[in-house]
Amino acid sequence: MEIPLTWYLTLSAVLFSIGVMGVLFRSNLIVILMSIELMLNAVNLTLIAFGQFMGDITGQILVFFVISVAAAEAAVGLAIVIATFRNKLTVDVNDIKLFRH
Amino acid sequence: MLAETFFIAAGLLAVIAALGMLVSRSPVRSALWLILIMLCVAGLYMTLSAEFIAVVQVLVYAGAIMVLFLFVIMLLNLGALPNLERVDFKKGVGFVLGTVILAQLVYITATASEPLVTASFDPAETGSALKIAEELFTRYALPFEIIGILLLVATVGAVMLAKRTFE
Repeated sequence: MEIPLTWYLTLSAVLFSIGVMGVLFRSNLIVILMSIELMLNAVNLTLIAFGQFMGDITGQILVFFVISVAAAEAAVGLAIVIATFRNKLTVDVNDIKLFRH
Repeated sequence: MLAETFFIAAGLLAVIAALGMLVSRSPVRSALWLILIMLCVAGLYMTLSAEFIAVVQVLVYAGAIMVLFLFVIMLLNLGALPNLERVDFKKGVGFVLGTVILAQLVYITATASEPLVTASFDPAETGSALKIAEELFTRYALPFEIIGILLLVATVGAVMLAKRTFE
């Protein structure tokens, strides 16, 4: 490996932090879901980097499962977005006050 | 040297695309930036010689999941919605929290005194579809089946949620 492990970890940290900021900044439900996908990608990058540097294939198996669960998560999350939009006619989290009376 | 140049280019492009996703007003633009991030991350998997996962990343993430996102954006016609972004207390807290998390992660990475792992392996050996399939269908056969059931349940649940009408 010519590229040091630290580079991968730092890039992954930057991407994860941008994902966190996306969840906290944006008020659009769909963009929040996209930020969650970005965070999952950052974590996958860390897993594969560690796995490859240790010569262990389990990291890649784990990433394979994470990608499968992310697909399921995206499907259910977007279905919830559609249900919310049909109910409230908005996808702005500031306008969705299901539990606030 | 070539690998390092490629890493820097792909990494910079990924960070720029992530910032673009963070600040762009329209959800469609955010989705397109996210596709660019996925492709950059797939390129980084190639530098780690994880070819199979790189292909799965492009197929599943950049292909299927992002098409689903774009389809829902199109379905909801979100461009027509008023998209006013307010600068308020919540955003300040979000910025501070994100910066703190980034500082912590970089600090941990930078201050790891000993080498984190001992690199002594043949990168060409791991990462091929053959090696992953051998593990996946022997040691991890049960989780693999459970993932199949999970995807089925998620599909049925998504259909039920999307067609449900509230009072």
